[in-house]
Parts: sequence; structure tokens; C-alpha cells
Amino acid sequence: MPFHLTQGTFSYLPDLTDDEIRSQIEYCLDNDWPISVEYTDDPHPRNTYWEMWGLPMFDLRDPAGVMQEVQACRAAYPQHYIKVSAYDRTKGRQTTALSFIVQRPSRDPGFRLDRQETSDRKVRYTIHSYATDRPAGERFAE
Amino acid sequence: MARAQSGRVAHEPGSGPASPAAIQICEGTVRAMEPVTALAGDTVVDVTDILQQTQVMEVLDKLDRELVGLRPIKTRIREIAALLLVERMRSTVGLTARPPALHMSFTGMPGTGKTTVAMRMATILHRLGYVRKGHLVAVTRDDLVGQYIGHTAPKTREVLKRAMGGVLFIDEAYYLYRQENERDYGQEAIEILLQVMENQRDDLVVILAGYKDRMDTFFQSNPGVHSRIAHHLDFPDYTPDELLAIAQLILSDHMYRFSDDAVIAFRAYLERRMAMPHFSNARSVRNAIDRTRLRQANRLLARGGQITRDELMTLEGQDIRVSRVFRQTEPGGAATDA
Repeated sequence: MPFHLTQGTFSYLPDLTDDEIRSQIEYCLDNDWPISVEYTDDPHPRNTYWEMWGLPMFDLRDPAGVMQEVQACRAAYPQHYIKVSAYDRTKGRQTTALSFIVQRPSRDPGFRLDRQETSDRKVRYTIHSYATDRPAGERFAE
Repeated sequence: MARAQSGRVAHEPGSGPASPAAIQICEGTVRAMEPVTALAGDTVVDVTDILQQTQVMEVLDKLDRELVGLRPIKTRIREIAALLLVERMRSTVGLTARPPALHMSFTGMPGTGKTTVAMRMATILHRLGYVRKGHLVAVTRDDLVGQYIGHTAPKTREVLKRAMGGVLFIDEAYYLYRQENERDYGQEAIEILLQVMENQRDDLVVILAGYKDRMDTFFQSNPGVHSRIAHHLDFPDYTPDELLAIAQLILSDHMYRFSDDAVIAFRAYLERRMAMPHFSNARSVRNAIDRTRLRQANRLLARGGQITRDELMTLEGQDIRVSRVFRQTEPGGAATDA
């Protein structure tokens, strides 16, 4: 089975269709969560903050505006991971409420597990994205 | 009930079960009516059902009740509503057409109700399923046009995104175009606006508003904008009688009333005020009432003693007659108090 990045909500499901994405966004907007679009070509799980595609979108009522940005981001970065995240600003929460991937590169070779032997026979583990072996911008290219 | 009597949908009346289209029309919700293809020509759609579903008549009646005058505007809104209702009925029987473009321009003197009507318009279009959310985003030049190069496009796009699913109301739209400065960033905003008005008709409705003469100049220098606007609505000035009716409406909203003498005084006030510069119809009426309330409060306090509920509610003729308007036209009159 080919590698499938599992980060964020819905990531164990088959990719969402645009209509499904639209209804998820609608759900966020109905909850009054501002939405931002982010992209990256370095999908390491510790790479929490992806590049921002424009500013977060406040005061939207309809998913059409977000979808427009998602499409624009897809056009600009056809081989990047793109995610949509919604922020819940209510007091006591103030955190990302929902975040899910809306585009994947056509082929991601996944991660390699590195074992580093250190003193006293200790082993340190780290994971390494094969894609990041190539320079930024050329990763995941066909 | 009315639905049962009206024999709502009958494909070949009297024989066999209702066709699939019939079921859809009876039970379809406001937005989720899938077009059905290839129906016979005698398939029937019931108007009462559609009206009940959309409850659009309620909004239209409210518009008639709460807005004084504005005959031509109300007629046009009813026409638009009728068109959209017919579009819905057509789509239930499989006749599809591109939704009509509904961008509008509202022209008229200040205070003739352009913003109010725009707000109602958003609700009506929402009830009819033309826009998805039915909110109104009111903006002016400042919200669209940036201050330096490269600032305008993101700013305009952000506003457009906020307005999606609803109505974008651009007040004093002619300020977008500055004829004297061809490097003005307003032009950029107009271009983005035009693009969205053309390509994303089902996402938002744009309403441009402003004074008649300046809007005409604006359209002359931007024929692209003019041609993309299907409905040009001109708001007429109110007659003195209508203004009085508006005043009464505002008063009853605030639980005040005019005494008989105050009605006469207010008529006289309107006559004078309308002849003066900067008269802005309903807005001037509202301001006049606010000032009258001020004077009434002052009068009651100055008098002291016991005040009845009626007195608290009633605006008297004297509260109106001390207005500046009466002083200016009658120089000999009440010039004593500063």
C-alpha cells in the first residue's frame, strides 16, 4: 500500500471531494471559526506551522470565498500538501478547532526511520521525509 | 387545508399515483430541489405551495407595510420575486436556465431608503433561494481601495469573500472612479468587481448605490459596469405626506406621538425644511424627531412638578416650533433665544 500521510481530521478517510470540503467549511463558518489555508512540501509531523496562503479569513458567511482560496492555492502549488484549518477563538478554547488536508501531492514516498546509536548502546530514533532530500520547491515533483 | 383543495400536482389527473415530480414539489425544501428531466408538458406545479415554502410573500408584505411610498421600487421588487419564483417552478419540472443576473444599482437622493431596501433585498433573495446566506455587507470606497500599490486587490477580494452568499452593497459607488486621476487605485477595484460580478453570479449580488447624477457620470465612464447591472432602480423623493407618515412610524417605534398641534407644526416644519439645502428625506425626519425629543425632555424638566404618562409620550407643537428652521425663514420670529 502506498504511503498516505495521516495528519489532521479525516486523514484516515479517502480524500474529500470538493463538495465534502465545502460542507466541512460551512460547518466551521456556522460555528464562527475563522479559516486559513496553509501549504507545505515538508510534511514532517513536527512541522506544525505550514506556510500561510494569504491571511486567515474572518467574517465569512459562505464557503465560496474559502473554496476560491483553496483553488487558487492548488493552482499555485499543485504538488504540495494543502490544509484548511479553523480557529475557535472562544475564551477557554482559543485553539485550532478543525484542520484537514485538502490536497496531497500525487506521490509521496513517505518517511524513513533513522536509528542513531549513541553512548551506552542507547538508540535515538528520528523520522525523515524522503521528499525533503530534494531542495524546497522540487519535492514531490514528477 | 389550502394545499389539499388546490389539487397541488396532478399528472394525468385522477389516474394513478402522483409522478415523482409531484412528490418533489410537495416535499422539496427551499434549496434542495433537484431538476427533473423529461416531464410531460401537462405536469402541474402549484404556486401556493411554492409561496408557502419560501414565505416570500411575508417579506414582500412587510416591505409594503414598513416602507412608506417607493411605489416603483416595490413594483420592481415584486417583479424580481415573481421571476425567481417562476424560475424555481421551472426547475422543478426540468426546465433549466442560467439564473438571471441580479446586480442592481440604487440611485436616489439621500435618505430615500436605499440601504434599507438593500437589506430587505438580501432577505428576499435568500428566501427565494437566489443567495445562500442572505446577509448584507455594506462597504464604501475605503473598504475596497488600498492606499498603496498592491494593496487594493487583496482588500477588494477580502470584501468580496465576506459578501459571498449574500449581497454586497457599495454605497456612493462613484467614488470608486476618480476621473481626474487615472492612476487612482479605484480602477483596480472596479476591474476585480466586474470579474466577480460576471463569473460568480450565483455567489453574490452586487448593489451599487448613490446619488442619481453622479452615478450616471460613473456609468458613463465605466460602461462595463453599466452593462453588467440588470436592474437600475431610481428612488423617488418622498412627498410631504409620506414624510409625515414616516415620522409617525418612527414615533410609534419609539413609543412617542405627536399632539394634533404638533402634526400641524411638523407639516409646516417639513415645508420649510424641504426648501432648505441638504434636505435628506427620511434621515432629516429622523433627526428632526430626535431634536424634538430633546426639546420635549428639556421642557418637561424645566416645568418640574408631576408629569403624566401621556405627557411623557406626547411631542407638542411648541417643541417643533422652536426649531432653527422656523427662525431662519422668519427672521423676526423667535430670535430672542440665542
